Amino acid sequence: MGQTLLQKVWDLHTVRTLPTGQTQLFIGLHLIHEVTTPQAFDALREHGWRVARPDRTFATVDHIVPTRQRQRPFLDVMAEDMIASLERNCRDFGIPLYDIGDDRQGIVHVIGPELGLTQPGLTIACGDSHTSTHGAFGAVAFGVGTSQVRDVLASQCLALEPLKVRRIRVTGQLPRGVYAKDVILTIIQRLGVAGGNGYAYEYAGDTIERMSMDERMTICNMSIEGGARAGYVNPDETTFTYLEGRPFAPQGDAFERAKAWWRSIASDRDAVYDDDVAIRAKDLTPVVTWGVNPGQSIAIDGAVPAPAGADRQSTSDALTYMGLQAGQPIAGMKVDVAFIGSCTNGRLSDLREAARIVRGRHVAPHVKALVVPGSAAVRKAAEREGLDRTFREAGFEWREAGCSMCLGMNPDKLEGNQVCAASSNRNFKGRQGSPTGRTLLMSPAMVAAAALAGEVTDVRTLADPAPAGVA
Amino acid sequence: MGAERIETIEGRALPMRGEDIDTDRIMPARFLRSITFEGLETHVFEDDRLAASRSGDVHPFDKPEYEGASILIVNRNFGSGSSREHAPQGLRRRGIRAIIGESFAEIFFGNSLMIGLACVTAAQGDVERLMAQVEHDPGVVLHLDLEAGACESRGLKVPVSMPAHVRDALIAGAWDTTGLLLDRYEAVTATAAKLPYLSGF
Ligand code: SF4
Repeated sequence: MGQTLLQKVWDLHTVRTLPTGQTQLFIGLHLIHEVTTPQAFDALREHGWRVARPDRTFATVDHIVPTRQRQRPFLDVMAEDMIASLERNCRDFGIPLYDIGDDRQGIVHVIGPELGLTQPGLTIACGDSHTSTHGAFGAVAFGVGTSQVRDVLASQCLALEPLKVRRIRVTGQLPRGVYAKDVILTIIQRLGVAGGNGYAYEYAGDTIERMSMDERMTICNMSIEGGARAGYVNPDETTFTYLEGRPFAPQGDAFERAKAWWRSIASDRDAVYDDDVAIRAKDLTPVVTWGVNPGQSIAIDGAVPAPAGADRQSTSDALTYMGLQAGQPIAGMKVDVAFIGSCTNGRLSDLREAARIVRGRHVAPHVKALVVPGSAAVRKAAEREGLDRTFREAGFEWREAGCSMCLGMNPDKLEGNQVCAASSNRNFKGRQGSPTGRTLLMSPAMVAAAALAGEVTDVRTLADPAPAGVA
Repeated sequence: MGAERIETIEGRALPMRGEDIDTDRIMPARFLRSITFEGLETHVFEDDRLAASRSGDVHPFDKPEYEGASILIVNRNFGSGSSREHAPQGLRRRGIRAIIGESFAEIFFGNSLMIGLACVTAAQGDVERLMAQVEHDPGVVLHLDLEAGACESRGLKVPVSMPAHVRDALIAGAWDTTGLLLDRYEAVTATAAKLPYLSGF
């Protein structure tokens, strides 16, 4: 009987079964950042523990960093404090840190792949729920809390329960104007925000196989929004081509040997899954969220639902918060802010696609629009292509790399009950920093379209719409 | 590992209705701007509490009759979203020692276990019965017995459950995992030695 990638990687990394019945799993790569680690390092100091594998631990700063003013010390005293604390911890424990000013700084889930740290067959942990992103490479990657960060720092291991595997097969050609973001939002809408509890999602099918690594990362990134702790795509030639020549990827002969091993850990053809779901690409449309969780979304030409059934209360609550009426079309909803960035959609191909849409046009006068590259490297590459100019000329702000307006931890925040068209991953109440702020999740192309029109707009109606399957 | 043994939890309860209550609501991101967990107890549900009071309502966490409650009762998929441990930390520091719910988001559940905050599930009807009882009489004391898998409160007894390993870890005081993971470090080294990517393939 064949095995899934998850089973193979799990078995290979199993140290032993703990007296509690959990698996002690070795973690191949630990990524850390400023927000979820200070208390973990304190615990290490308190117990006199060292970091078990500083050679497999890498740090950067992303959540709290300002994206405009980067002069140290930061005006934001707390940001300065948290970053200084990470700097001290990395120095004391011998961990490489890609700090402000370093070409390698960026959102942790963007830089791991970029540097070639993220590879097939690894187990990866990070104190951030979107660690599932790294599964795009055929890694098994978990978001963890601070106490588990402490565990990984001290022992390079986690105590975990095995996961079941649900295969989600997406087949066929994506219609034009429909992106990876729409695929994953649709999956979450269909299976529910808690549908993935207890599962890892394996994304398969020819639609996924044709996707670039950037697109696969967008899909895997949001696994957690569907309740799945991990999500992955089996490694293939696209994965290998992406990795070749990256700083931490194996080089020369080792790369060839690595490829053979990477191929071997992919799910077997006759692997058995705990569940199977099929999605037909040709049925998909651009999607926008109308509510306060990522499962509350509809097609761009759809109407906001009326409270009914088991979700009656939560639907009516979400409608009130969003200021929407049941039955109202989502297209035409006025937006105040447009945010392109985040670990979901802040990579070069996302920026290229958004730039293609805004080129030669201008942001609506009432809209504040910003582009925040996912990493310093993305920013630099985009500037080499002149994307920064395109965005600036269209009336967007062009920022330094960080999480920015994805969450309210840094100076980029919504104000009052502003409505934001966002390429990020969470539309929870208050997520973007204002307790009454409202978030509409969509693809970067759709955010670009919303910025230009000043309201939620079907990107397919703009001239020169996107070819299928880009970004 | 020297952690407290948690077998029973006794106390008054706080019913908190709603599905999919995410960690951004339990602990808004701005309160993650700190290098310690200290003081988080004051910020639990801060935005929701403010929103409630603005609309002339009182959030359950602000109702005097629930003050000092140590058991939180919730509905479906509690703690979805972010992996921030700040959410269970805030609840724990506020005196919540157990949560009874229809279901929990996975990372939240794991994070809670790591700090000895027991999360147990109960059937929807039983959660409703418990909530109704407490709303009717906030003074009622719940007696949660992890070993027996039951919650008893004046005339009401509902079955509750949690995965066996979680229950055992809490009861044995083995929920603080670092010690366990470091216990047989030679096995960790042996596993690492087998991994192609750690030895240049
Ligand atoms: S971009 Fe948003 S979701 Fe991604 S790591 Fe940063 S805060 Fe988390």
